[in-house]
Amino acid sequence: MEYIVKNGFVVDPVLGADCEKMDIAVRDGKIVDDAGPNAKVIDASGMLVMAGGVDIHSHSAGPKVNVGRNFRPEDKGNHPEFTRPRSGVKKMEAGFSVPTAYSSGYIFSRMGYGFATEAAMPPLYAKHTHEEMRDTPIIDEAALPVFGNNWFVLDYLKNHEIDNTASYIAWLLRVTKGYGIKCVNPGGTEAWAWGMNCITPKDPVPFFDITPEEIIKGLIEANEYLKLPHSMHLHSNSLGEPGNYQITIDSLKCAEGIKPAGDFNRDQVLHHTHLQFHCYGGDSYSSKSFESRSREVMDYINSVDNITFDIGQITLDETTTMTADGPFEYHLSHMNHLKWVNKDVELETAAGVVPFIYNPNSFIGVAQWAIGLELGLLAKDPMKCYVTTDAPNAGPVHRYPRVIKWLMSSKARDDILDACKYGESVRSQCYISELSDRELTLMDIAKMTRAGSAKALGLSHMFGSLKPGMEGDVSVYPINPVEDLGDPDKIEYAFGNAKYFIKSGELIIDNGEFVSNGNKRTFWVSHPMQLTDQVERDISERFKKYYTVTRNNYGVKEHHYVPNPYVIEVGA
Amino acid sequence: MVVRVTDVVCPFCGTLCDDLECDISDDGKKILEIYNACAIGAEKFMHSQSDDRLVLPRMRQEDGTWKSISYEEAVEFTAQMLTNAVKPLMYGWSSTNCEAQSMGSKVGELCGAQMDNTATVCHGSTLIAIQDAGVPSCTLGEIKNRADFVIFWGCNPAHAHPRHMSRYSIFPRGFFTGKGHKGRTFVVVDPRHTDTASLTDYHLPVEQGRDYELLSALRVVFHGEGDRLPEVVAGIPKETIIEVGEKMKAARFGCIFFGMGVTQSISKNHNIDMAINVTRDLNEFSKWSIMPMRGHYNVTGSGEVWGWQYGYPFCIDLSRGYARYNPGESSSNDLIERGELDAVFVLGSDPGAHFPFSAVKKMNKLPCVCVDPHITPTTVVADLHVPVAFVGVEVGGCAYRMDSVPIETHKVVDPPEGVLTDEEFLEKVYERMKEIKGV
Ligand code: SF4
Repeated sequence: MEYIVKNGFVVDPVLGADCEKMDIAVRDGKIVDDAGPNAKVIDASGMLVMAGGVDIHSHSAGPKVNVGRNFRPEDKGNHPEFTRPRSGVKKMEAGFSVPTAYSSGYIFSRMGYGFATEAAMPPLYAKHTHEEMRDTPIIDEAALPVFGNNWFVLDYLKNHEIDNTASYIAWLLRVTKGYGIKCVNPGGTEAWAWGMNCITPKDPVPFFDITPEEIIKGLIEANEYLKLPHSMHLHSNSLGEPGNYQITIDSLKCAEGIKPAGDFNRDQVLHHTHLQFHCYGGDSYSSKSFESRSREVMDYINSVDNITFDIGQITLDETTTMTADGPFEYHLSHMNHLKWVNKDVELETAAGVVPFIYNPNSFIGVAQWAIGLELGLLAKDPMKCYVTTDAPNAGPVHRYPRVIKWLMSSKARDDILDACKYGESVRSQCYISELSDRELTLMDIAKMTRAGSAKALGLSHMFGSLKPGMEGDVSVYPINPVEDLGDPDKIEYAFGNAKYFIKSGELIIDNGEFVSNGNKRTFWVSHPMQLTDQVERDISERFKKYYTVTRNNYGVKEHHYVPNPYVIEVGA
Repeated sequence: MVVRVTDVVCPFCGTLCDDLECDISDDGKKILEIYNACAIGAEKFMHSQSDDRLVLPRMRQEDGTWKSISYEEAVEFTAQMLTNAVKPLMYGWSSTNCEAQSMGSKVGELCGAQMDNTATVCHGSTLIAIQDAGVPSCTLGEIKNRADFVIFWGCNPAHAHPRHMSRYSIFPRGFFTGKGHKGRTFVVVDPRHTDTASLTDYHLPVEQGRDYELLSALRVVFHGEGDRLPEVVAGIPKETIIEVGEKMKAARFGCIFFGMGVTQSISKNHNIDMAINVTRDLNEFSKWSIMPMRGHYNVTGSGEVWGWQYGYPFCIDLSRGYARYNPGESSSNDLIERGELDAVFVLGSDPGAHFPFSAVKKMNKLPCVCVDPHITPTTVVADLHVPVAFVGVEVGGCAYRMDSVPIETHKVVDPPEGVLTDEEFLEKVYERMKEIKGV
């Protein structure tokens, strides 16, 4: 099928189009120069047209996500408006903060997103993650296996064996059909298996005789050794702790002097995720102590060119937190005394899940909200800063449009601060009020939700722009960018309710209605590096002695789990 | 020539052992020998080879006798039954692969079925307790590599999960557990003197149905108030409770495994809620986990698949076009006992053997299709019995172990000529139902 999206206002940083009236043609799954005479016309007059959105970090598939669904019936029951019956081609939906796999595909599509990254896959649970991604309709997805507490990695990096680390990583990406290197609370999650943690990058990991700093540096080096499409993707130590900003800066400094390698056109060697949780000053959560240190962290990031980050914006909702940072979730369960799930995974990682309410009537919730927005407003180069809510940790994924509204409208931010009880304390202990004249443009938003995130994932040759030759992902939003931007609520509505959405050249949403479940693909990275003799020996020994599944039963076979793969061959 | 197949996965219990080896005949049709499996696991493989195996569906006749029919006729009967029913129950799903479970969901959505799995009569109370309290847990390898304290509460793995203790929990040597059994304190809490209990350091013969009290007493010990306990709690002397409780606190890494002795005795989910809170308390002192001993090899998978498809692990009502969940209302036995159903479809389980007799009698009066390779008490009350291939023996597919680790079972030999798999049968029913409904 062929389409021509006519007369819309196109915003596309790669094309340099800033609300330019252009026609966009799509044929055979790709953006093309011209449509043929039989192309179906989509009238985008008076509406905003962008490339499909690219999500660099959220949690929508895998074991901890499914725990979140199954142990929170109230996440469905308390939100009947998010329970939608099946209709036409569309399957039934449910879930506010942890939507079902079906819902997840529809939510992303309504927001005009075509690609999402599942940001933490425990390798032993790769099959589960892929089964969920397979059932998530429409959008393309990729999953990042976690490496920061993996026994093989800890052992190799202790001796700075980058080649063995790389060889193991290449193998693991192949057998789990993974996309890149995720590192969560390096060393701290392994320590958590004994009920301990690593607080700073210098704290030794029990038994393994290595520090988080060595893990971070080593994984960055292994990533560049392998020349992977994406960079090392880091959630650093002491997430969410008052006073953690220096730990964050020290962790970011691990990337100093390392340059990106390979053919995927990214500039960074380190992507730091949900930075909002890592920019805190003070020594407690009390309103007398806690303060923003976003400017200090951003001063460092703005001064270097090899780091990117995403925001992890608090949305002031009730949500479900979930992370491979096991000790953090335990800690969180002590703060709110709600139910707590923990899952330690042999030789690899752990995870915790805790429901949480970011209360707009508490000081801390609103301070965290302010800090996230500060990051977006302070970023000098929006190509290095991406919109996320670390969904569902800081807020549900369907709140992206609300985050965009807050970034674009000073008035919308003031409305929150004026309405909440602790608005003045937040204004005085955070930087948000100093940034009241800063309002992001649609061009900035296109960079933060598409062009930039696609580039950081090593996918700028496919996603993030409407340039001919790119994937045929086109979102048409019901907002007139010339007339309507003064109304923040119109911004939020538009970004959450694509009028038309074309995914891989197929019309998915036609005039607000789902007309197709698309042809979702799972992206994974195949690297030719073979196992070194050492790694071969170690894998064979550890599967025999310490794993509870055999090596031959560990990997993910394509047929059932990844029925529609898109393999990125590195060095091919 | 005999062919040795390795890394075979056992499709029997939630232990889901994946290190079995099979000798098969060179025509790929006959299993000659099974290695590494326990007696029940081996029997499952061998049973697939029995000569009296059914290879055609059979329909009950007016006079109570059975008549063999074709798969096409079986598909037609099932599709008509489900399409015409106002409130059909689709029950089971625990002894089949995730592929069949997913295909079952498609059928269930099309007819607005009540979807329920065997958790409804075993660990459903656990699932409800987890919704109340969460669950600190881990994978079985963590027990093998780290645990120096293991408790089996209300379960008897020596008989129900025969290789659990040797593969994961009591005997193996792991990374930090080089002494194996010798390095582990082993406790069984069970009113019965089971074979498992005979191996322990401590057997606490709790009085039947008084687990909640014993669990609460342990929490009293953890909170430093053990002296104030009555002399005997739930049949166990105070000194023993204090001694065991103090040892639990001092453990490096511990785990409580629990079974139907606690989930299905009086107090039900409240027992598990308390056991979870015992575990939570223990994490203040050291590292502790708790894990249900799931029975069927893929009951866990059924809850996982429904989790990502509907958001609930069991007792799902699809009748309104979206998923609703209310155990007690949407649970199989409640639906049957209230007489709300007008058709029953069973696959991958045996409610005839496990539901209360009053419910089975009511099932007997309803149109009922049972899909199962074996003749079971359920097939006795069914109108149509559809034999299928053995998952994990004659067809592969994903299954989830009791710790939710997904493991792919393998096909070892061919099924008898013409016999369909669960997934294939369901797919045919689905296609036929679409024709009947004109969608
Ligand atoms: S313990 Fe369970 S899974 Fe293992 S061989 Fe025996 S029956 Fe099969």
